[in-house]
Amino acid sequence: MGFFQNLADRFYLNFIADERWHYVTDGLKATLIITFFALIIGVVLGFLLALIRSTYDRTGKKFLKWESIGDFLLWILNIFAKVYLTIIRGTPVVVQLLIIYFVIFGSVNIEKVVVAVLAFGLNSAAYVAEIFRSGIMSIDIGQTEAGRSLGFNYWQTMWYIILPQAFKNVLPTLGNEFIVLLKETSVSGYIALQDLTKGGDIIRSRTYDAFFPLIAVAIIYLVMVMIFTKLVSMLERRLQQSER
Amino acid sequence: MKKKLLSLMLVAAMALAAVACGSKEETAEAPAAAEEATEEAEAPADKAVLVMATNAEFPPYEYYEGGEIVGIDAEIAAAVAEKLGCELVIEDMAFDSIIAAVTSGKADFGLAGMTVTEDRLQSVNFSDTYAHATQVVIVAEGSDITGVADLDGRKVGVQLGTTGDIYAEDITDVTIERYNKGFEAVQALSQGKIDAVIIDNEPAKVFVAENEGLVLLDEAFTEEDYAMAIAKDNTDLLEKVNTALAELTEDGTLQAIVDKYIAAE
Repeated sequence: MGFFQNLADRFYLNFIADERWHYVTDGLKATLIITFFALIIGVVLGFLLALIRSTYDRTGKKFLKWESIGDFLLWILNIFAKVYLTIIRGTPVVVQLLIIYFVIFGSVNIEKVVVAVLAFGLNSAAYVAEIFRSGIMSIDIGQTEAGRSLGFNYWQTMWYIILPQAFKNVLPTLGNEFIVLLKETSVSGYIALQDLTKGGDIIRSRTYDAFFPLIAVAIIYLVMVMIFTKLVSMLERRLQQSER
Repeated sequence: MKKKLLSLMLVAAMALAAVACGSKEETAEAPAAAEEATEEAEAPADKAVLVMATNAEFPPYEYYEGGEIVGIDAEIAAAVAEKLGCELVIEDMAFDSIIAAVTSGKADFGLAGMTVTEDRLQSVNFSDTYAHATQVVIVAEGSDITGVADLDGRKVGVQLGTTGDIYAEDITDVTIERYNKGFEAVQALSQGKIDAVIIDNEPAKVFVAENEGLVLLDEAFTEEDYAMAIAKDNTDLLEKVNTALAELTEDGTLQAIVDKYIAAE
């Protein structure tokens, strides 16, 4: 009896007293906002990077023998993409977050959520780019050749033939990357942004109880990931209907 | 016979040292035996360990210098440990984890410029006060904040879990930004991201001295006492620490340590 009473008291202290549950709900809201917009930046920018990289790999390897201004542009873009991937994948996201907040926007008073969205979005883009590229490269070159002989130009072939198949191939990996992104946002606290993890930390700093705040935060992340996993597998099933 | 007696006393001394230095087994020892026994416990290899939890980003109380944690708290802890005949081990962690480390037994005591508050007293016991401090407000030079009353409705930076953080919540319409480290709040202030920083006076002086364009408000935010946090069930250590602190105050060691780090005004 005493044990359960003790648990109830601690639950009260951690979440009800002083309306501390607000730290969790406000934090959850921030985490969801950051994840959502970072995901959009990640997918759009990642997709563009993947297109540049795979187009160059498949068509543009005419090194220093550019036949048109387009070839030259592609060469430049490909170098840019490669450098971007190297830098972003080569440094930890926490460091990138701190650099964006304290160095790049050093003298600017900027909304911290924007900083976090940028940091996580730019970071995720690098990983998404490689995921998309692996999807595009996994489609047999014969598919491209077939498209071209049917009279499609390169971009039409890409859009109508390659990408739909590639997307289906990369969906599980892409879902994986989104899960990582969601959980990665838990380092937002480094720039004093009050996300879900920081919300739990604030409660912990008030009640000196480790158990309830940490477990509550962990459960919320877990539930979010489970819901998301479910959504991805539903989408996968829908896409598989066309396979037969 | 003599050898037997000596070894017996050594065993007793070791058991006692273990109790004093935070081992979990509370063996009931006759306190009278303590004085004679500790004299014998000179074998340095068997010295028991006293673990101190702190957050070493809080000059001049604790900070890194040449890879080592130094400062007022570190030296006081070393002096106390010497009195207890223990070896001091300092664990650096986030400030808001210190009390959790003490209550869970991962550390024997917390010494981190920590203020005695009602909330904290519910989780741990505090030793006698060893230093007085005030929470002060740092603002940018030329700021229109000239007193504590001007903080209403402003953006205020604090270090998560410090008394500055807790008391800042009482300001009307305030937006509190909780940084993991005090200096990060100060950095955000000097970059114009926030309007003020509330922090303990001694670190504040260091921060203001090292960052151009920042000034301290004359008016203090709160007044408070620093003490050592010790787990509630470890009353034995609490008594020993209080005795040691009293002795250190009496022979002037405490004052000497404080003077070494804080230039007398």
